[in-house]
Amino acid sequence: MAILEVRDVSLQVNSTVILNGLSMEFWEGYVHAVVGPNGAGKSTLANVIMGLPDYRQHTGDILFEGKSIKNLNVDERARLGITLAWQEPARFEGLTVSQFILASAKDKNKNEIDRVLELVGLEPTRYRSRAVDKTLSGGERKRIELASILAMKPRLVMLDEPDSGVDIEAIERIFEAIDHLKKDGCTILLITHSPKVLEKADHAFLICSGMLVDKGETAKILEYFSGKCLPCPHKNLPDLNPGGRE
Amino acid sequence: MIEEQIEELLESINLHRSFDKNTPHIVINANKVLRSQVVEGLTIEPEELSDGVKARLRVEKGYKILQPVHLCFGMLPERGVQRIILEVQIEDEAEVSFLAHCTFPQAVDIQHLMNAEIKVGRKARYSYFERHWHSDEGMVRVVPVAKIELAEDARFSTEFELLKGRVGVIDIDYSTVCQARSSAEMKARIFGRLDDRIKIKEAAVLEGEASRAVLTTHIAVRDEAVAEINNEIIAKAPYSRGHVDCKEIIQGNGIARAVPVVEVRNPKAHVTHEAAIGSVDSKQLQTLMARGLSEDQAVDLIIQGLLS
Repeated sequence: MAILEVRDVSLQVNSTVILNGLSMEFWEGYVHAVVGPNGAGKSTLANVIMGLPDYRQHTGDILFEGKSIKNLNVDERARLGITLAWQEPARFEGLTVSQFILASAKDKNKNEIDRVLELVGLEPTRYRSRAVDKTLSGGERKRIELASILAMKPRLVMLDEPDSGVDIEAIERIFEAIDHLKKDGCTILLITHSPKVLEKADHAFLICSGMLVDKGETAKILEYFSGKCLPCPHKNLPDLNPGGRE
Repeated sequence: MIEEQIEELLESINLHRSFDKNTPHIVINANKVLRSQVVEGLTIEPEELSDGVKARLRVEKGYKILQPVHLCFGMLPERGVQRIILEVQIEDEAEVSFLAHCTFPQAVDIQHLMNAEIKVGRKARYSYFERHWHSDEGMVRVVPVAKIELAEDARFSTEFELLKGRVGVIDIDYSTVCQARSSAEMKARIFGRLDDRIKIKEAAVLEGEASRAVLTTHIAVRDEAVAEINNEIIAKAPYSRGHVDCKEIIQGNGIARAVPVVEVRNPKAHVTHEAAIGSVDSKQLQTLMARGLSEDQAVDLIIQGLLS
């Protein structure tokens, strides 16, 4: 059963078409990947699903558990259980890791903070009091963001480029956290152009220029993506089309 | 009667259960010194004035006062003026930290005026943390003026915090002169609401070689509150270093103005500044809202972080 349905969604910013009649169904409890080259519209799709303010002027509809969420704000969608991990997580000067995790946690207690930090491979005694600011590495910030999502216990989580800017150990921990979310019944959307991340998915969508090119088993999409998309001098590459964007 | 007033003042700052009478301290209500306690090496000489208190505080040469010295300046009446004149002398190689609580729990119309002259001796260390506790509705006008002189190798830090209750009007004017290898850190964290007015002028003159100063101001204003920050570092000596940091978040119809002034008069000195004023960062806001916080909850948390 589809927990999330994207129905004929198009988005145009100024004169640039970013999403072009996208229709997709995301089955509950699966790990889905949305894959495509730079500028394909992957991150835009995630932002549209999350309902971010600059991405609300799309046409078409988005249904969560069969009901339209098109008119809901970000926080209202989040309270339904939808969330997003950004490619580059925000920094919060002055907020500690504990405060940040607790803000989204369903169970607001110290044990929960420790539990989710351990799940992403961060030693609680070393990280609880750290500030969520520039003193953390990119990989640490990604893992702390994921810890806050684990504490939120969402129904559907979108991870935008989860391997971007992280080392090998961090990506292994992130993959473990994805497994944990899946085990808890969470539906996951991996936004990626990395074959390694794509391999984590049960099912994949290939998009290009804001349009759906193909969908199906990960192996099939991976073969097409690796063989055709990666070598392609894509029209949305920044040096070929300055208007192109994700 | 006196004990009741002390209890009421301490209760207003949440110290009534935990306060240890043997801690070095002075408790003042309006122009009355209710109680004071000193320890070896520390002298406090208070003198009651018609509208306040003048106090000389001295830490003798070489003494290190291990416990923080509590200063409780309060006004229990709803209206009135409290003038505090402080003469602070930290002698050479002495160390002390002061924890000042200024509390006006029933304030309707109160003026709290402070004039301080602070001298920190060679290799001495002095820190001063001042927390204000105001009522939610009343009007308090706070005007602290301090002139600080740091001798060679002295360390000085001061922090002003007003996060709970209404600010009313606040007009801070602190200036520090730093001799060789001394350092000054001055920080203010204030949350303005309604029609509060916040004015801060912090200045440091780096007179001595390799002296240092950091001026930090973090302000949040909402509703119709207005903040104006004028922080200044003048570096005159070689190898002196300074940094001015001003961050302000505005919400609603709040207005913030920041003027960091840096003046360098020696080619071997180096001073930097940064000032950022704006509404709450949209990515921070969206991140927290994507975890289920309402916009107001997210803004409060971000401001809490800035002012922490």
